[in-house]
Amino acid sequence: MYFGLSQDQTMLQDSVQRYLESASELEHVRGFAEGDNSLAESLQNGLMELGVPLVLVPEEFGGLGLGVLEAALIQQAMGRFVSPTSFTSAYAMAVIGLREAGDDDQKNDWLGRIAGGSAIIGVGLTEAIGAREGAGLKLSGDKVSGRASFVMGAELATHFMLTTGKDLLIIARDSAGVSETALTTIDKTRHVIMLDLQDVPCTVLAGGAVAAQARMIDIGRVLLAADSLGAADMMIEKSVAYSKDREQFNRPIGSFQAVKHMCADMVAKLEPCRSLVWYAAYAQDHVSDEAALMSRLAKSHLAEVGKYVARTSTEVHGGMGFTDLLGLHYWFKRIGANRQLLGGPETVREEAAKLQGWS
Amino acid sequence: MNLNFTAEYEDFRADVRAFLDKHKADAPSMANVGLRSEKRLKWQRILLEHGYAARTLPKQYGGFGAEPDSLKQRIIAEEFARAKVPGGIAGQGINMLVPTLLELGTEEQKEKYIAKTLSGEMIWCQGYSEPGAGSDLASLRTAAVVDGDDFVINGQKIWTSTANQADMIFCLVRTEPDAPKHQGISYLLFSMDTPGIEVRPLMTMTGRAEFNEVFFTDVRVPTSQIVGQRGEGWMVANATLTHERGMLGDPDAALSRLKSIAEIMQNEHVDGKSLMDNPVYRDRLVALEAEVYAMKFNGMRLTTASVEKKSAGLAGMIVKLQGCELNHRLAELAIDVMGEYGILFEDSPFLRDHGLWQTHYMFDLGLIIGGGSAQIQKNIISERGLGMPREPKVAKA
Repeated sequence: MYFGLSQDQTMLQDSVQRYLESASELEHVRGFAEGDNSLAESLQNGLMELGVPLVLVPEEFGGLGLGVLEAALIQQAMGRFVSPTSFTSAYAMAVIGLREAGDDDQKNDWLGRIAGGSAIIGVGLTEAIGAREGAGLKLSGDKVSGRASFVMGAELATHFMLTTGKDLLIIARDSAGVSETALTTIDKTRHVIMLDLQDVPCTVLAGGAVAAQARMIDIGRVLLAADSLGAADMMIEKSVAYSKDREQFNRPIGSFQAVKHMCADMVAKLEPCRSLVWYAAYAQDHVSDEAALMSRLAKSHLAEVGKYVARTSTEVHGGMGFTDLLGLHYWFKRIGANRQLLGGPETVREEAAKLQGWS
Repeated sequence: MNLNFTAEYEDFRADVRAFLDKHKADAPSMANVGLRSEKRLKWQRILLEHGYAARTLPKQYGGFGAEPDSLKQRIIAEEFARAKVPGGIAGQGINMLVPTLLELGTEEQKEKYIAKTLSGEMIWCQGYSEPGAGSDLASLRTAAVVDGDDFVINGQKIWTSTANQADMIFCLVRTEPDAPKHQGISYLLFSMDTPGIEVRPLMTMTGRAEFNEVFFTDVRVPTSQIVGQRGEGWMVANATLTHERGMLGDPDAALSRLKSIAEIMQNEHVDGKSLMDNPVYRDRLVALEAEVYAMKFNGMRLTTASVEKKSAGLAGMIVKLQGCELNHRLAELAIDVMGEYGILFEDSPFLRDHGLWQTHYMFDLGLIIGGGSAQIQKNIISERGLGMPREPKVAKA
């Protein structure tokens, strides 16, 4: 038994982290948040060179054939540097959707395009979890109509993978009948949009939606948990560094127990989350009867602990934590968005209860 | 990540299971049996003989002499828990005194005390805390003054569990009153039958006396009963703390508590409806479930770190704080689920689960405070784990 990361996994995470540390500096992220899309493009190219978008693509389709744990480690690095990437949707959820529901021709075609960089597929599955505002899609022949809300990966997407509940389908972003509404959220490090479709031509994946979208959501949730883990790690590190540096009453504020106990509390809550995320990710590929439950436990627990760390870290930074100048709020907001995307903690816990026959 | 065990370990697990099948009948029940009951001593003999107690301790002192192996230790713990069979005696003598003597005791002390302690014949209590020396243990004041060949001890200890049953005490006393506080302490071993010792039970909020107070009045102890040198007692007491004692604990204990609560929720009915049908309680249960699994996996991570002989860093440091808090909140949910029936206590009619959950709820609060309080744990995590600056020392008045 070995519960931990292999050398290869550690190296993979380190290399993505090293790349993002310089490529996704706060000043770049700030530029992206203010409307300059160039960071998303440069990260897309840089990550492509590292092979990151290929991790979950099977080797037979030109990918690396790695697992969800590797994907989670990559996502954790992205959360750490609040990087504007479409990794969760385009390179995890969409790839899983194709793997699960595509027939051989569809896999060859789309996974090949993903690996080659000519297709970036955003994902909209919100309505499969719970529909508001009457949103939802209907398929008529090979044309789809209706609304998909909170579609992820809109930064650079060329296509979108959406669901009618019965069928998973792919549309081209530039098709006639696609009308986009950009959504302004608290989290300006990633773009989500609303899609209104009127008789849009689509590719219907052969395998049907039910099982495939459940897998996509399970894995998407694990990655959002990993993203919050990475973001929360960074917030704790920033808190410790700030509290050693900042002096009041002629001593570093980190020497006050009131402050150091806040840091200890953050660590005590977050550290076990690391093992939970590892296990939940590992279970997606290796412990099939626990995969759905562990994904929900990881997603809901990281939502809670992430929120706690985001709030506490901001307080440790005092007034500076509240300013735009320091930029800590990008992490606060990223964690806040992850909490709601693909289901808030109460929704997800209720699903976990159902899975165990408790509801 | 690889959660499978190799053939060597699967074989070992099979051995443990075969042992349990064969000898289970000799095991005392999990419920508290007297420390000196013949059944318990016999079970300890069987465990020692087969290497399920004192597994890695040297043979010459009554141990089994196996190589340390954290995975095997974990397998033993898992299989004993699965069979609901108690493991070996785990008192402070075995957990704290024996490793200390092995490291710092004289040959004579090792021969005199270790084997008898392992067999359960010799029961020890720990004389550390005092009314005025809790978190600041090094400020302890129980005095030992040399008179001829003896130390003469006067003072008081508190939180001394099993003092009323113990044969012996390992005790921290101040022998050098003029030295700085950490350098004036000595570590002594003496019989609890020595004249001048009085033990008074200390009743706690649980309604039981899980601890005692121990009073020393002119207690004479030969100077040869010291471990290490005079003034080295603080170092002696801390030497074994690095042995990761208790760190690996039982990662599945919280999980079995959670499962019990789920059962209670399915079986408790209010107005004919199961409590599990109440979404508010259900949400609390699943939120705790996530925390329980996080701690379980954290425990597996620690086992691997121990096998690899690597420091687990923060993942190890948070266990006491987080584990005790979690257990306390599990007990809290169990009580809330039972509603008014949750406040029943002691021998009340309609009492659920023998009053177990209220006892957990109160005793776990004791565990949050004892053994390095939550606040001390947070100092350790932040100062040693995160490298945050220490609180400036206050000048002596």
